[in-house]
Amino acid sequence: MKLLSDTGLLFGRYLGLTLRNPVWLVVNVSQPLFFLVLFGPLLRPLAGTPGFPAGEPFNVFVPGLLVQLALFGTAFAGFSLIGEVRHGVIERMRVTPVSRMALLLGRALRDTLVLIVQALILVLCAVPFGLRVSPLGVAVVVGLLCPMGVLFASLSYALALRLRSEDALAATLNTVTMPLLLLSGILLPLSLAPAWLRALAAANPLSYAVAAARALFNEQLGDPSIPRAVAILGLLAAAALLMAAREFRRAAA
Amino acid sequence: MIETRGLRRVFPGAGRGEPVVAVAGVDLRVAGGEIFGFLGPNGAGKTTTLRMLATLLPPGGGEARVAGFDLRREPQRVRERIGYVAQGGSTDPQISGRAELVLQARLYGLDRGTAGARAAALLDRFDLQGCADRPCGTYSGGQRRRLDLALGLVHAPRLVFLDEPTTGLDPQARARMWEEVRRLRDGGTTVFLTTHYLEEADALCDRLAIIDHGRIVAEGTADALKRRVAGDVVTLRLPEAQPAPAAGALPAEDPPAAAARLLGGQPFVREIGRDGATLRLYVDRGETALPAVLRLLDAAGLAPLALALNRPSLDDVFLHQTGRTLRERAA
Repeated sequence: MKLLSDTGLLFGRYLGLTLRNPVWLVVNVSQPLFFLVLFGPLLRPLAGTPGFPAGEPFNVFVPGLLVQLALFGTAFAGFSLIGEVRHGVIERMRVTPVSRMALLLGRALRDTLVLIVQALILVLCAVPFGLRVSPLGVAVVVGLLCPMGVLFASLSYALALRLRSEDALAATLNTVTMPLLLLSGILLPLSLAPAWLRALAAANPLSYAVAAARALFNEQLGDPSIPRAVAILGLLAAAALLMAAREFRRAAA
Repeated sequence: MIETRGLRRVFPGAGRGEPVVAVAGVDLRVAGGEIFGFLGPNGAGKTTTLRMLATLLPPGGGEARVAGFDLRREPQRVRERIGYVAQGGSTDPQISGRAELVLQARLYGLDRGTAGARAAALLDRFDLQGCADRPCGTYSGGQRRRLDLALGLVHAPRLVFLDEPTTGLDPQARARMWEEVRRLRDGGTTVFLTTHYLEEADALCDRLAIIDHGRIVAEGTADALKRRVAGDVVTLRLPEAQPAPAAGALPAEDPPAAAARLLGGQPFVREIGRDGATLRLYVDRGETALPAVLRLLDAAGLAPLALALNRPSLDDVFLHQTGRTLRERAA
């Protein structure tokens, strides 16, 4: 009960801060939009080559872009937290009886909501390029993006509380996100990859998300990749939440 | 209101450095309704102790009861009952003072209506109505510090911790802060504050503890602490080098050292401290010591450049306990 009301209060605060500068909401979606416009057309001639999945090329590409958005849209959330730590805001909140989980959840849920809005913008923008998708497919993909948003935002906040420096956080995130991106089959399907690369990708939770999102965008709602991705991402998100909440509990400024 | 026994905290050293003992066993007893000061140089362990008592940092050892609850077993109960105002500010520059106050009140569990009323009352009390709805980033230093204080008082706690509440404030803002702290005490709130300003500890605090290297070296009222040092302090400034040695004067020893040796042997001098060319004599009765000192110096051909008789200050207490002066380190 207290967790819920505290989370609501903090969610309101951070959503308010986001809406104060709605420009960022659009700026963050511009990167996948560039991929859509400047990279997507390269895929059209590839459709039909051996190994490339069947179906409309944008139905293969856009699910990957959504997962990329989930990664890059939320993994950098920790930067704002470092600023708040520096201003003493976090310490001021930690001295109250506020739930430590709420300190994390209020932020992470705001990040997840922003991610969903951005994902819908991206899907709408992809329709003129030839994306064909049912509302149900979109709804389930959004459901898949939620645990991803919570997962990456929580990890980013935990890392921010540990590192306490924008420079260190940027370096760490860049080092981690790039292989995650490349090993997920976001840009090109992993069905094109040699066996060793595919084995490496199997250790990357994002590749499961991409596989599930592609199945959903190709109307294969019964595909086993979907429950598998939901289970993996759900578990990871829960673990990340607990870990990051612990950081808020012990944070020593 | 606060009672600690052997409170400790050790930080791991940077890199392979030795662990740093920030607080090395602190015993404190703070009564309800007093202004208790924690005086010490920077790095003495003041803030670390304060952060432990305010539940922000788990103690490394020892026991403490704060506002009636055990610090380690029931930190949540302690949090509900205390306010804490950090040294470096506590507000988001993009958010208005009113919004910060309302949120803080609600985090303490007040409902929306009460939180709004409480925020309005505090904005009024701290003279912040004019900027209440502007972002905190636009506030002056004094306004921001008053807002920080208001944030710590939003749930009307019986005990407030203030970490260096006047550091960096101009004299006017400092006087204002002292006034607010006294008002709190007069309203029945216990105030525990840290400071490295001697005047502040002296003028503002009902009782104080002096901390150095993580240990309490003295505790009591300012007057009692000063009485413990000695009766009076005679401060002498001597020339650095002997101008013209008189016949039969001491050998070529520098005047402060010569004077210290001469006066240190006198029965009426309890203790003597030297800081460059300045000597501080702790004597029982200043009014009789002064002529005797002058006579002795005159006979030895040592003419002081300046001479003063003072009541001991808290700096003398610190000097007496630690062998160092607080003034030069606080600068």
